[in-house]
Amino acid sequence: MEVFVVSLLNGLVYGMLLFMLASGLTLIFSMMGVLNFAHASVYMLGAYFAYTISLYLGFWPALILAPILCGLLGAAIEMYGLRQVHRHGHIPELLFTFGLALIIEKVVQMTWGMVAVPYRIPDGLDFSLFTIYGTQFPAYRAFMLLISALMFAAIWLGLTRTRIGLIIQASLTHPDMVGALGHNVPRVFTIVFAAGTALAGLAGVIGGNYRVTEPGMAFSMGPIVFVVVVFGGLGSLTGCFIASIIMGLIQTFAVVLDYSLADLLELVGIVVTKATPGAEFLTVSLPRIGALLPFILLVLILVLRPRGLMGTRDT
Amino acid sequence: MNPLYLLRRHWVWLAILVIMLAAPFLFYDWSRGRHSGFALTLMSEMALMAVFALSYNMLMGQAGLLSFGHAILFGIGAYFTAHTLNWVKANDIMWLPAELIPLAGGVGGLCCGIVAGYVATQQRSTAFAMITLGLGELFAAAALMFMTFFGGEGGITTNRVIHSSIFGVAYSSAWQVYCLLIAWSMFAAILMYLLTQTPLGRIANATRDNYERTQFVGYNPRVVRYWQFILAGFFAGIAGALYTLVYEIVTFDTLAAVKSANALLAAFIGGGGGFFGPILGAVVVVGLQSGVSLFTSAWLLYLGVLFIVMVMYAPGGLIGIIGLHAPIARMGRLGELMVPYLRALVPTVVGGAGFVAVVELATHRTIGAAQGKKLSLFAMPVDSSSLWPWAIAVVLAVAGALWLRAEGRQFRLRWNALIEDAKARGIGV
Repeated sequence: MEVFVVSLLNGLVYGMLLFMLASGLTLIFSMMGVLNFAHASVYMLGAYFAYTISLYLGFWPALILAPILCGLLGAAIEMYGLRQVHRHGHIPELLFTFGLALIIEKVVQMTWGMVAVPYRIPDGLDFSLFTIYGTQFPAYRAFMLLISALMFAAIWLGLTRTRIGLIIQASLTHPDMVGALGHNVPRVFTIVFAAGTALAGLAGVIGGNYRVTEPGMAFSMGPIVFVVVVFGGLGSLTGCFIASIIMGLIQTFAVVLDYSLADLLELVGIVVTKATPGAEFLTVSLPRIGALLPFILLVLILVLRPRGLMGTRDT
Repeated sequence: MNPLYLLRRHWVWLAILVIMLAAPFLFYDWSRGRHSGFALTLMSEMALMAVFALSYNMLMGQAGLLSFGHAILFGIGAYFTAHTLNWVKANDIMWLPAELIPLAGGVGGLCCGIVAGYVATQQRSTAFAMITLGLGELFAAAALMFMTFFGGEGGITTNRVIHSSIFGVAYSSAWQVYCLLIAWSMFAAILMYLLTQTPLGRIANATRDNYERTQFVGYNPRVVRYWQFILAGFFAGIAGALYTLVYEIVTFDTLAAVKSANALLAAFIGGGGGFFGPILGAVVVVGLQSGVSLFTSAWLLYLGVLFIVMVMYAPGGLIGIIGLHAPIARMGRLGELMVPYLRALVPTVVGGAGFVAVVELATHRTIGAAQGKKLSLFAMPVDSSSLWPWAIAVVLAVAGALWLRAEGRQFRLRWNALIEDAKARGIGV
């Protein structure tokens, strides 16, 4: 029970962090059909920007400034990069973001060094909020949950209750029609791209000190965010939300549940020893394949149900 | 078919063979009578990377399938070869000649292609790219998990010196292995070229160009994709086998994402449209990797920037750029482009030098200085902590970029005039 509740909370925190990254990517992906490989790189940049800003101005200004910087960067990428490449077709667009991810990683290494930077949780939030079954729950995790919940509410309200939100929703499915009605669809694209990258930057600001701020963080996070986006389905924010939470829970629970197929077989009376055929495969424990689970899910969902959990069309 | 016709049509193959045989002798140490080990390794890496990139292009260029996990085919081929070599060595098997060992890698890649391809080719386009990405991550993680086949982090070591050669060659020296490598990479490349001429190759092009019409004609695009994937797996496996022969150790790096990315970079920078593009791309990528990395740790950044520039301005790759000149060359007016090219070259060099200087200064401040290295740029010692080098570098980079933009406009005018002229004379563009 104890392990269950603590893991549930941690899974929720991680899931919400994933959602922050994935929500922006989902919007970009559904709208432009571009799988933005550089999305996780912007997440990394958000963390590094926040680190540098918090050295001079403190954490709270960084919480505002770093996402804005990321958003501006996103707008620039869309206007001067993606739009240029767009006329060459989909594959060059994908490759463009892929190359961008390579470059950003290298630039980060050049600017902040190869090793992790000491980006820490602000002192004001560095205490334990409550104790549950003897395990302390840090206030910072509650803060993360709060920020991501606020963000979810803001996106949802923005998309469903505002004029620009409605235009964005329409552009998701019928970009040509929206253009014909006299809306500036390229500008809508830029706005969505900038907002999406700003969200990724925000995720970086609050995720960077929760996890570790190092040059490898983009490449470890990127594929998982793709999994969430595909799993949730194109064009569906709700699907993306559910997928993020599921993925967060799966990854957290996989770490604490130390079982393997061999343990399962023991329940039905088959004891696996070193001599059993396939023993190496059967004795792999769940924590070890924890990191693999998202990719297994990715492959399965793309093969069996390419539109994802709640998607409206195929990937 | 008379031989002269064949030669005129396929002179590129002969040129590649001659270059591959002759290039190591440029670095030959005549005084001691031995080959330069570095040059041979570099050439081998280029050759096997070229095979790998060509096999990647069977998917990207010819079938329009963007794969992010092509290295699994390469890696499995490499592991297969290592195990085969160890098995031959342990049991003293004489019926399997050393010359045929790379076939083991091919079979490994083929098997992997049958399994992974069945899953991946269910979808096309972005979904295909995502599945291959997932498969790539799965295989790389599995390689660290299952010790018996993959050997964990240490990988599998092997020894290429086996005594079953048909020609009685021991393959103990780097030159002997290099010759075997030339033979196999030429063989694989020619086979891949012939494949593009078969109905399968043509239909693969058709599914790339218009997926729906191909279905109307009566082909099943999924089957075409599957076949193309399996065959690409065979050739990627051969490239992996050559890797094993050269390095005699296979680690999980061979099937990790970086390797896949290298194939992608090589195929794209070289150009996916023509058959020979990936070969050119492999030479450039490996050259940057091995040559430039001797001088700077930022080589990956230069590669990334080169890649982005290619994606933005020359999606046809290097081979595409060369191809664009064909109509002008046929008019015999290539000389008129000489001056515009020289004029564009000057700002490119200026801007490039500025950019390189900025990158090197930045790298030195964060990485190089910590290692106690002294920075010298263009043969001049530079202090990366003072302001002047930075200012000069930034000014050079910005001025070069602006100047290049202005020159670029002039260049485009000249270029368009020539192309218009070519069109007017009825020379195909």
